[in-house]
Amino acid sequence: MTRRAVIGALRITRIHAPRNQHGKERMTGRPVGESEDRDILSVEGLSLSFGGLAALTLVDLSVRAGSVTGIIGPNGAGKTSLLNCISGFYRPQRGRVTFDGKDVTRVAPDRRAGLGIGRTFQNVALFEGMSVLDNVKLGAHTRLSSGILSTMAFTPSARREELRLREEVENEVLDFLEIEHLRHRTVGSLAYGLQKRVDLARALAMRPRILLLDEPVAGMNEEETEDMARFILDVREERGVTIVLIEHDMGVVMDLCDRIAVLSFGERIALGSPDEIRRDPEVIRAYLGEEAA
Amino acid sequence: MIIGNHKESYASDEAIFRTPATRAWMGIAAVAALVFPFVAGDYLLYLANLMAVLALGALGLNILIGFTGQISLGHAAFMGVGAYATAILASRFGLPFWISIPAGGALATGAGMVVGAPSLRIKGLYLAIATLSAQVIFEWIFTNWTSVTGGIRGLNVAPASIAGFRLDTDERIYFLIVGVTVVHFLLATNLRRSRWGRAFVAVRDRDVAAEIVGVNLFRTKILAFMVSSYYAGIAGGLWVYFTKVVTPETFPLSLSIQFLAIVIVGGLGSIKGTVYGTVFMTLVPELLKAGTGLARVVWPTAQSYLFPLRDVVFGLLIVVFLIFEPHGLAEVWNRVKRFFSLWPFEK
Amino acid sequence: MSEGLVHLLQLLVSGVVTGGIYALVAMGFVVVYKATRVINFATGEFMMLGAFFAWTAMSAVQAPFVVALLVAVAASALLGMATERLVLRPLLGQRTISVIMVTIGLAAIFKGLAQIAWSGDYRSYPAIFPRAPIELGPILLPSRQFYPFLIAVGAIALVGLGFRFTRTGVAMRATADDQMAAFGMGIDIRRIFSLSWSLAAMTAAVAGIVVGIIGGISPQLGAIGLRTFPVVILGGLDSIGGALVGGVIIGVLENLAGGYVDPLLDGASLKEVVPFVVLVFTLMVRPYGLFGTREVERL
Repeated sequence: MTRRAVIGALRITRIHAPRNQHGKERMTGRPVGESEDRDILSVEGLSLSFGGLAALTLVDLSVRAGSVTGIIGPNGAGKTSLLNCISGFYRPQRGRVTFDGKDVTRVAPDRRAGLGIGRTFQNVALFEGMSVLDNVKLGAHTRLSSGILSTMAFTPSARREELRLREEVENEVLDFLEIEHLRHRTVGSLAYGLQKRVDLARALAMRPRILLLDEPVAGMNEEETEDMARFILDVREERGVTIVLIEHDMGVVMDLCDRIAVLSFGERIALGSPDEIRRDPEVIRAYLGEEAA
Repeated sequence: MIIGNHKESYASDEAIFRTPATRAWMGIAAVAALVFPFVAGDYLLYLANLMAVLALGALGLNILIGFTGQISLGHAAFMGVGAYATAILASRFGLPFWISIPAGGALATGAGMVVGAPSLRIKGLYLAIATLSAQVIFEWIFTNWTSVTGGIRGLNVAPASIAGFRLDTDERIYFLIVGVTVVHFLLATNLRRSRWGRAFVAVRDRDVAAEIVGVNLFRTKILAFMVSSYYAGIAGGLWVYFTKVVTPETFPLSLSIQFLAIVIVGGLGSIKGTVYGTVFMTLVPELLKAGTGLARVVWPTAQSYLFPLRDVVFGLLIVVFLIFEPHGLAEVWNRVKRFFSLWPFEK
Repeated sequence: MSEGLVHLLQLLVSGVVTGGIYALVAMGFVVVYKATRVINFATGEFMMLGAFFAWTAMSAVQAPFVVALLVAVAASALLGMATERLVLRPLLGQRTISVIMVTIGLAAIFKGLAQIAWSGDYRSYPAIFPRAPIELGPILLPSRQFYPFLIAVGAIALVGLGFRFTRTGVAMRATADDQMAAFGMGIDIRRIFSLSWSLAAMTAAVAGIVVGIIGGISPQLGAIGLRTFPVVILGGLDSIGGALVGGVIIGVLENLAGGYVDPLLDGASLKEVVPFVVLVFTLMVRPYGLFGTREVERL
């Protein structure tokens, strides 16, 4: 584990309360859409190895609808591999991924996106040559229906769809994440913190039911970190999107998450509330122990 | 000087020609294009037709390479497929051009689908070599499937005609060629700003991320191949009615490379750039020809160096653009525009 | 021995001869690809220039063949180095299309310059080797195929052994395996790139001379570079052994097609396309070739 994470664990991150969005009705209390007593995602007995090298071993994880679940663990513990199995980039050798009651273990990544699994990336995997607007619009790809011929001819229906998308993206995403002034900028020219925000924007444009965030605040300064944490909570509160996040910043993890899963050498060694995890002797040994010296 | 252009609605921000100035320029260009054949001489008219066909083909390649980042060294072969299909339908079955050209485009689309099919598994250099093989194999078929293609002697085609009106001069065929090309440029512009255009570019920039965001890589890549070869096929069909003959050596590897050069010099992924690239890469050899013609006065053997000199200049342009101006003429043009939009207040 | 069998043997032997030459050309591709991940589309033009260099040395100053060969190889080494420094290095890390196109551009430049310098006429080397054909049992091999083949085999052995046993060769292989690690071990990667290009150009020069002896020299000689792609892909882009095996397979297949199928076709020559059909097949079934390294993708 990095020194920074340890410092983060000691730091108390202050998080703003969800703000009111332009007089829109604010959802508080129970998140919309999803009820909390049901698992929206479950991973059972997942094992993944690369040429004999085990990345994940028999990992189980269930995520309640509307919750924020954190995945923590030392570097190389298999956190990103787990996310990759959920979003479909890796095919596990054993085990099952169930999303919303449907076995998606063999479903292609793009179809999973269509089902509502959204995702951001550890090292912002944006489309550098495209504008912010186009990046975000692309997130809605699976929700659009125009065929290639009608888009080339720009038929009235294709035009309507495109304009509706523009309006939706502006109101629901750009405005929400406060990046509307950057819409025509090329992504490659933006600062890292903003790129991470665009990455989230693209995922939000998918209108996901679950959002997988891979180190959403890595490399950010304190202010950017607080902004991002606020956005994540808002997404959960206002849209009822279930969130699974990997993060090294313990302050953020402890503050945001309802439940935390701890991975070490590809095995899930603990699962519980932030308080339970903080006290778990095995977690302390595997995770903090080596650095405590 | 343009201080800013404030948009009132998302619809106006999404339009193709966004500013009044652009719209005015487009209007002027349209009028100029309509008047051109009546004022231009034979030679200029020939060049205009040639460039329109090349631009259409190059645009197809730019959609494939510039948009989706898939390299093809076999673009001329698809043009050949379109040309042969058009020529066969016209000469053997007597079909009119407005059927034979689209049919040629359709057949080229099919060929593109077949050649593009392995594009999910192979990319980059390997795809370049796969398409190179397609080029060699198609050329071989054009030459050797004599019963259908007429072998090395090729096929002759009667001029296009519509309602008894024969498009048998460069002046008349100009309207068909330039019209079809302009329409296809607009189609490509629409494509670029649509969900498919975005998916194409996303596949180029980061295919894995695109897939996880919901883009089906296989379908997208193959669609790009199909659109690209469709454009080549239509360009081939126009070529048939332009020259009224089609032979295997019309569509060699060097034409594929010529298309690539146009796309690189014009600007990868830039629709406007395709036009600039085509004009530039067509006019430079013509200027060389004129130059060596003039040089003959003082240097009698100058003209014998014309062809090798063309090769050298062609190669140099590619190398120089790649190293010094990798975004091509489109970017040069943008810089010039930016300079003048601020001039004289800022440099 | 039956006539059919002799015919077959004859085809096999000339297939192996063709294959040896393909293998040498392929080696030029492999050396550059291994170290720099670039496919040099100007390989054929490097061959052509090498052939002209040797021809000039022989015809202009009546240099003996061995001297001319060495002169051509040395000149090509410089040319390869200059190419890497001036053209490839500025494009380091650029998109594949840029790197492919720049070598295609180079090919056009070289071809044009060669035509200006030496004109488009066909030339041939002064008689170098004994004219008597070589008898291999029942098979006759023309002398102008046999001796060039020996040169090709010698050059292949030299490059292969050099790669395996010299210090620089080891450094090149290390760089090919893992650039960062090699850099960490204190290997000067830019020097390796430069050396790879000059080695590739030297290999190409020998290949060009070999082809020139067999079929004459002209600015079009480089066309064979293109015909070598099937060999390189079949063998594996980064495998020297693969180039050898791929060369022989393609050479033999091509000659068999030419010997048995072409007479049945009405004027068409299957020999011309067979390598490319094999190429397409390879790409579909096993894109990294018989001996190439499979590349793994990461997110």
